[in-house]
Amino acid sequence: MAQATTPASRPIRFVLNGETREVSDTLPTTTLLDYLRGPERLTGTKEGCAEGDCGACTVLLCEPDGDGGIARRSVNSCIQFLPAMNGRAVETIEHLGRDGPTPLQVAMVENHASQCGFCTPGFVMQLHSAWLTGALTDRQSVKDVISGNLCRCTGYGPIVEAGLELAAEPVPDTGEADAELSTRLTELEGEGIFAYEAGGGRWFAPTNVDDLADTYAAHPEAILVAGATDVGLWVTKQYRELPLLIDVSKVRDLMMIEERQDKVYLGASVTHRAAQAVLGSIHPDLGEMLRRFAGAQIRNAGTIGGNIANGSPIGDLPPCLIALGSRLFLRKGDDLRILPVEDFFIDYGRQDRAKGEFVAAIEVPRLGDDQRFFAHKISKRFDSDISAVMAAFCLTFDGDVVREARLAFGGMAGVPKRAREAEAALVGRPFDAAAAGDAMAAMAGDFSPLTDMRATGGYRLKTAQNLLKRFQLEQAGAVSGRIAVIGPQALDLQAIGGAA
Amino acid sequence: MDETRIQDRSGAGQPALAELNERPPTHEAKIRGGVAAAIAHDSGMKHVTGAARYADDEPELPGTLQVFIAMSAHAHARIVRLDVSAVRAAPGVAAVLTAEDIPGQNDYSPVFGDDPIFPPLTGDGAVVQYVGQPIFAVAAETERAARSAAKLAVVDYEDLPAAISIDDAVAHADAAGEDLLPAYEMRLGDAAAALEAAPMRAKGRIEIGGQDHFYLEGQIATAAPMEDGDVFVRSSTQHPSEVQHNVAKMLGRPDHAVTVELRRMGGGFGGKESQPALFAAVAALVAVKTGRPAKCRLDRDDDMEMTGKRHELRIDYDLGFSEDGTIRAADFSHFVRCGYSRDLSAAIADRAMFHADNAYDLKAARIHSRRLKTHTVSNTAFRGFGGPQGMVGIERAMDEIAFLTGLDPLDVRKRNFYPGAGEEPVVTPYHMPVTDSVIGEIVDELEASSDYRARREAVKAFNSRNAILKKGLALTPVKFGISFTTTHLNQAGALVHVYKDGSVHLNHGGTEMGQGLFVKVAQVVAEEFQIDLEKVKITATTTAKVPNTSATAASSGSDLNGMAAQNAARTIKDRLIDFAAERYHVPRDQVVFQPNRVLIGNMEKRFSDLVGEAYLARISLSSTGFYATPEITYDREAASGRPFYYFAYGAACSEVVIDTLTGEYRLLRADILHDVGKSLNPAIDMGQIEGGFIQGMGWLTTEELWWDDKGRLKTHAPSTYKIPTANDRPDDFRIRIWEKGENRSETVYRSKAVGEPPFMLAISVFSALTDAVCAAGEGKAFPRLDAPATPERVLWAVEAVRGGWQPGALDASET
Repeated sequence: MAQATTPASRPIRFVLNGETREVSDTLPTTTLLDYLRGPERLTGTKEGCAEGDCGACTVLLCEPDGDGGIARRSVNSCIQFLPAMNGRAVETIEHLGRDGPTPLQVAMVENHASQCGFCTPGFVMQLHSAWLTGALTDRQSVKDVISGNLCRCTGYGPIVEAGLELAAEPVPDTGEADAELSTRLTELEGEGIFAYEAGGGRWFAPTNVDDLADTYAAHPEAILVAGATDVGLWVTKQYRELPLLIDVSKVRDLMMIEERQDKVYLGASVTHRAAQAVLGSIHPDLGEMLRRFAGAQIRNAGTIGGNIANGSPIGDLPPCLIALGSRLFLRKGDDLRILPVEDFFIDYGRQDRAKGEFVAAIEVPRLGDDQRFFAHKISKRFDSDISAVMAAFCLTFDGDVVREARLAFGGMAGVPKRAREAEAALVGRPFDAAAAGDAMAAMAGDFSPLTDMRATGGYRLKTAQNLLKRFQLEQAGAVSGRIAVIGPQALDLQAIGGAA
Repeated sequence: MDETRIQDRSGAGQPALAELNERPPTHEAKIRGGVAAAIAHDSGMKHVTGAARYADDEPELPGTLQVFIAMSAHAHARIVRLDVSAVRAAPGVAAVLTAEDIPGQNDYSPVFGDDPIFPPLTGDGAVVQYVGQPIFAVAAETERAARSAAKLAVVDYEDLPAAISIDDAVAHADAAGEDLLPAYEMRLGDAAAALEAAPMRAKGRIEIGGQDHFYLEGQIATAAPMEDGDVFVRSSTQHPSEVQHNVAKMLGRPDHAVTVELRRMGGGFGGKESQPALFAAVAALVAVKTGRPAKCRLDRDDDMEMTGKRHELRIDYDLGFSEDGTIRAADFSHFVRCGYSRDLSAAIADRAMFHADNAYDLKAARIHSRRLKTHTVSNTAFRGFGGPQGMVGIERAMDEIAFLTGLDPLDVRKRNFYPGAGEEPVVTPYHMPVTDSVIGEIVDELEASSDYRARREAVKAFNSRNAILKKGLALTPVKFGISFTTTHLNQAGALVHVYKDGSVHLNHGGTEMGQGLFVKVAQVVAEEFQIDLEKVKITATTTAKVPNTSATAASSGSDLNGMAAQNAARTIKDRLIDFAAERYHVPRDQVVFQPNRVLIGNMEKRFSDLVGEAYLARISLSSTGFYATPEITYDREAASGRPFYYFAYGAACSEVVIDTLTGEYRLLRADILHDVGKSLNPAIDMGQIEGGFIQGMGWLTTEELWWDDKGRLKTHAPSTYKIPTANDRPDDFRIRIWEKGENRSETVYRSKAVGEPPFMLAISVFSALTDAVCAAGEGKAFPRLDAPATPERVLWAVEAVRGGWQPGALDASET
């Protein structure tokens, strides 16, 4: 165990634009973007916000897919730490046009898709990455793919057109090159726990859950980092010193997705993108929640374990998990503990997680035939925004009568929280307008939400109540289909009455 | 073969084999990239490959220091003590600079002298006036070292009363008996009497929020010390001459000691007009004090907290009108939130007034404007320069007139348009006859092409079927005045060199921020010389080549610089014509420039050959060019005159759907018809129209600036400040340039300015939201929807028209 927790420091070894790099003298919290723009002088990648919200810094990340091939995803280089690149390959905008402009680049120019051009390399890298992974299909997919990229000049239309032209291009077969790169990256990554130390900072990256448990037990003061979509901002926005980090994004055991008949198990390091399909299969509202969770680059990096463990009162996933009755698997050393998700959140900034204990997996029950589910996110902007309110409802029926009600909310209190009084108003009654009305009124006793820059407390409470009303109207069949201007159904204009 | 080519023009001038074998062009041949060609942005390929360099991408000079600017934590306070000794002693710190280190004037303001670079440390001026105001600068080996060192400063504040909201500002100004800038008024006829006499009145108030520019490239300047104590500055600015002057003034040196250069900005939108002078001054100060190059680059949060934004306005309106919706008189009171200093607020508030009429004949009007001081960042130029806010006021009033008369809002609007060109003109509230109005024609055409009437019925039918979701529809016009309303700014210079190989170097005072100015001006020069666009090299803007420039602003870039460059090219062309006429003994009118060739009598030469001959004959092939907009004159004292050379027009029709349970909404379809005169480049113009519309939509919908009660801006990064994304753009988006467009004024190739006008097309989205809210209340009450119409504001407006919410309830629920 001692050996496992104190491995010797090794250089960060990775592939940048096809060439191998070894870095051993930079702080572990150096961002990939600063490294690219600084020592590498690759200035095509831009800093627009340094918080993963504008996409100007987008690069393509390649890593072994565990199957002898390469998995690709785009990430915001502004909040990725350099040591996380160990055993991975990074491609920047400079690499894309190395043999002359690609069809995407030509399409971007011909569609007049750049004006000031500062966001453009990020859009190009984002569309390119999505295309390589087969994510570009139709217009909606193009818009979803670039929803984490901000452009202030064009109004997006020409960029979407260029993306659509790219979508029509066949994705090249890179099988052979991928196998080669996979081998090369595996060699670069090295065996066992990757340890890196420089400038007074340390980084550990275990690759199996036992090593992680041992490392964390030996260094309980360490900060766990997975996609760095939150921890990255501690450095780029809060300028915090993080002397010791444990990277859980390479722990293969934590990346498993197991689908059973009545339950789904997700490892804590499963990214939001990877979780979208399986959670969406439980209910389309969950898929939609993940589509709107954040920009694509953030969903490519952020993990569901991270979204829970960081204890945000406005995280979108926890209310959904609470409504579904999900459970967490927490591990410390060799001990495993199972905890309902709702019990994990004690108070603002406080979770039921001991020193050295980490979220290992999440168990999500599938819905029974007697259950009805609803989830909706309220935010100023539909995409890539933080919730004012995240509502998730799950009702279990005995015939017409509500047997169990789980109404969970984010943004309504210091923690993701159930509306107990409102739930009580529903149980034992048919889910009709009267019951919904009583529950809505009771909600005022459940919550005294805050006013901040996202919404007033009054708006939060009102929409929380009204979403229950919407759920009731939909369940009662008072309207055909869903009543919403956004969502899996509403995306089709016809479903909301259509434009003439 | 002409001997000149061999003897004197060497390598670069050697004709290619293909050129020697080329045939005389046919008469149909056109140059590539001339005027009216829809060609791509000159930097397009560089943008998409990451090769386009912005200020932060230039290789840093050895020894470059990184500068961090420490900011005030208080909205309004006296600085009792500033102790930076610990900052100076921190590792990696090369210099800490305060007001006491400034050798010249401690000011970076454009006009009024009230923007200190750093607050003085003693005397009455030792105050800070907004959270985020620069206090001192730290220059260190790394930005991080500078930033962490800055935290070691001891700043003792003694708080003073702060005005954060417009209400506070009015109270403070009334108590002091003085506004930040004197109130201003425009009068047309006897508005008070006409209002009294009007059969119907619409009175109301609308609050219109500000907007952050959110240029993707933040503010940045680098400075390199040169000999004689001079400084070379690279600044991301729309106004290099002003940056130059402010840096020189700060150093106590003449303007000639400072050179400012930039190739391009990563967006500007007005936010890089007066603001960049601060960062350039700080970088230059560091460079001069330390003898080392310095870079001052703001991160996003610092940028948003430190720099000015679009002015927030409150507008009280009172309109008198007939039962048929005809306006008899209008009274507008503007309350303008200027922030802590004057900056450009006088001209911005004026422009809000100049657009209080939008496209409508008000007949009698009084427009009153108060310019108020708040202890928040000093608001500044932003696309439209106050015009959009003024326009929202009248468009809100038009919707209310329609509500009160029961008429369709479009009918009310059409009834009040200024008479069309050729009809007997009427005057604006500033007494300028409107002689070029095409708004009637444009709106008629858009009404038909957008199928407005049928969709109005469809919207009504939808709303009668649906209790929860409600649709709204609106078609709104834009009339926007083109010219700087400060008359002397309407001038521009250019510098054109023709090299002896026939290639052309183009420089002018305009700056490129993405709007496509450079390619448009290059097209004008290519057209003038009749040479392919590739022969024209677009070069970085620099104060060393073209002096005393105005900001690239007011949509005037191509109008002014296009003309100046055309004049420069024409001077050289005239010399070439004189030379050819003399040398080949033909009359001047027989020297004709054809695509890439020149016809001299019966002889035809390559352009490059004629240039080579002229060089040998010692003809000057370089010229400056100058342009001053004619015919404009405005008497500000009398609030009367012709401040604008012409007007740009456009119209948009937007359809929205709102959710009355949550206030969420979507724009379902937008149709735009916009007048760009005879387009210099339709592709570039389309980009301005679409981009302007979406940016305007962001301003009126999701972009909300939110200050807490301590005056701290809490929306200072994209995580909290929400500009539109691709999914906010409607899939059904039909934009057309008005084909009949032609500027009646003699602008460059009869084109019209296009930078700002399309921004205001987005008012149609706001009006459509208002329409949908009105439908939610079944037309019983007129919605008092303020901007930005966030989902929250839409929901409260719905509650209000349904009688479920009264003003004040919102505040009560905030506790």
